[in-house]
Amino acid sequence: MYDGGKIVAGLVVFLAVVTSPIWYNVVAGKAEYRPDPKIVSQEKQCVAPKAWMTAMHMTLLNSWRDSVVREDNRVYVAANGKTYNMSLSKTCMQCHPNKSEFCDRCHNYASVNPYCWDCHVEPKEKK
Amino acid sequence: MGVNRRDFLKITGLGALAGAGSKVAADLVFKDQAEAREARSNKGAFVGKRWAMVVDTKKCIEKVEKDGCRDCAIACHTVHNVPDFGNPKDEIKWIWQEPYEHAFPNQHHPYTAEGLEGAPFVVFCNHCDNPPCVRVCPTKATFKREDGIVMMDFHRCIGCRFCMAACPYGSRSFNWRNPRPFIQNIQENFPTRMRGVVEKCLFCEERLAEGLSPACVEACKVKALIFGDLEDPDSEVREILHTHRSIQRKPGLGTMPQIYYIV
Ligand code: HEC
Ligand code: HEC
Ligand code: HEC
Repeated sequence: MYDGGKIVAGLVVFLAVVTSPIWYNVVAGKAEYRPDPKIVSQEKQCVAPKAWMTAMHMTLLNSWRDSVVREDNRVYVAANGKTYNMSLSKTCMQCHPNKSEFCDRCHNYASVNPYCWDCHVEPKEKK
Repeated sequence: MGVNRRDFLKITGLGALAGAGSKVAADLVFKDQAEAREARSNKGAFVGKRWAMVVDTKKCIEKVEKDGCRDCAIACHTVHNVPDFGNPKDEIKWIWQEPYEHAFPNQHHPYTAEGLEGAPFVVFCNHCDNPPCVRVCPTKATFKREDGIVMMDFHRCIGCRFCMAACPYGSRSFNWRNPRPFIQNIQENFPTRMRGVVEKCLFCEERLAEGLSPACVEACKVKALIFGDLEDPDSEVREILHTHRSIQRKPGLGTMPQIYYIV
């Protein structure tokens, strides 16, 4: 192989440059970046345990929607016996009125764009 | 294959028992269903078996001819975020007025009583007992509820507009454009619609759930709109229909409309 040393050195430099964003984040301590949704509610609990809500809130919203619109059933009984009116604007967004710092932070990170807000009215936020 | 008398009697006996048993079971189930329906709705909700509306047209027409009253339409369109595009081609309407000969084409003839021709009649979704819009909807976005309300699930509407073609009353409107910029005062507690969905009057089912009567009924100062449960023999609607002559819009089509007009 002619100029083997140069080629290997070139490859090493190339790989270092290409993967530099990863190394940069590791060094800067940003490798474990997670979105940081801000909870402003005075209440201690969500309508279900936190971990479950993080993973399943979209499914819960779908079942609320079907229950209200198709079955005219509006009362959600939480696991702890508390009852909630099943409504996106009137329940979720009452406790989470900071949509841009809460819902959107995660959704931007995960690149999801729920189309609910084409119709449901976003809570007014103080900018 | 022969069935002897003894076996035949055994089988019919068993059949009769099963029949009687299922009647008892059905009674239990259906009774529970009615109770369950009450239990699961909000406290204080209006629960009915067959919602209907009676329009006292004399009162309404008098008021409209006096001062061009549109109170019911304004109230309804405000609380439901109905846009005003300002042009009849894109118009979205849940409740509006039609001249007599358009509202009741089969009643109209050249010798119609004076004052009726051209008189404004308030019209909206008839919440038919046999709704053609429901039959044609390919996604079941529109369906008939147990209490008779012809409901729309906006989440499922794909905008095919079959329902608009099927409805003989023109009760449905289509969002050709994004309605948001054309709503003057957006009400936060009722969602708007988006481009590409159909909409119509829902008998204010979201208000009934909170124990409120429909917005148009509440807004009518001359009490020309009377809302109630047709299956409740003591209800005001039953009382009025019992004591007055009433007509429906295009009853010959077999849609069984549930808006009754006293003329
Ligand atoms: C009674 C007030 C209240 C209501 C109503 C409510 N939440 Fe919450 N929500 C909270 C609180 C408080 C937390 C934080 C819980 C904790 O820290 O244990 C939370 C947590 C969450 C989380 C997890 C956030 C994270 O950091 O992982 C999600 C997602 C969420 N809520 C979505 C919803 C949705 C969707 C609805 C409507 C179906 C809703 N919430 C209704 C108060 C509420
Ligand atoms: C902890 C982060 C987090 C928070 C906080 C959060 N979401 Fe989500 N949400 C997600 C993720 C991740 C998905 C995508 C899940 C998937 O696609 O499987 C999602 C999906 C959804 C979906 C389904 C979207 C679709 O297109 O199917 C809806 C609806 C939704 N979220 C509503 C909300 C609302 C309303 C709030 C605020 C009250 C909220 N979420 C707060 C992380 C979050
Ligand atoms: C085409 C418009 C439209 C879109 C898009 C839409 N909704 Fe709705 N939604 C409505 C309307 C209108 C109602 C109210 C129906 C009624 O009460 O008569 C409603 C009711 C609901 C309800 C129950 C009542 C309430 O007050 O919240 C839930 C829950 C709901 N929607 C969730 C969602 C979620 C989650 C999404 C996004 C994944 C979504 N919707 C997208 C129009 C829409």
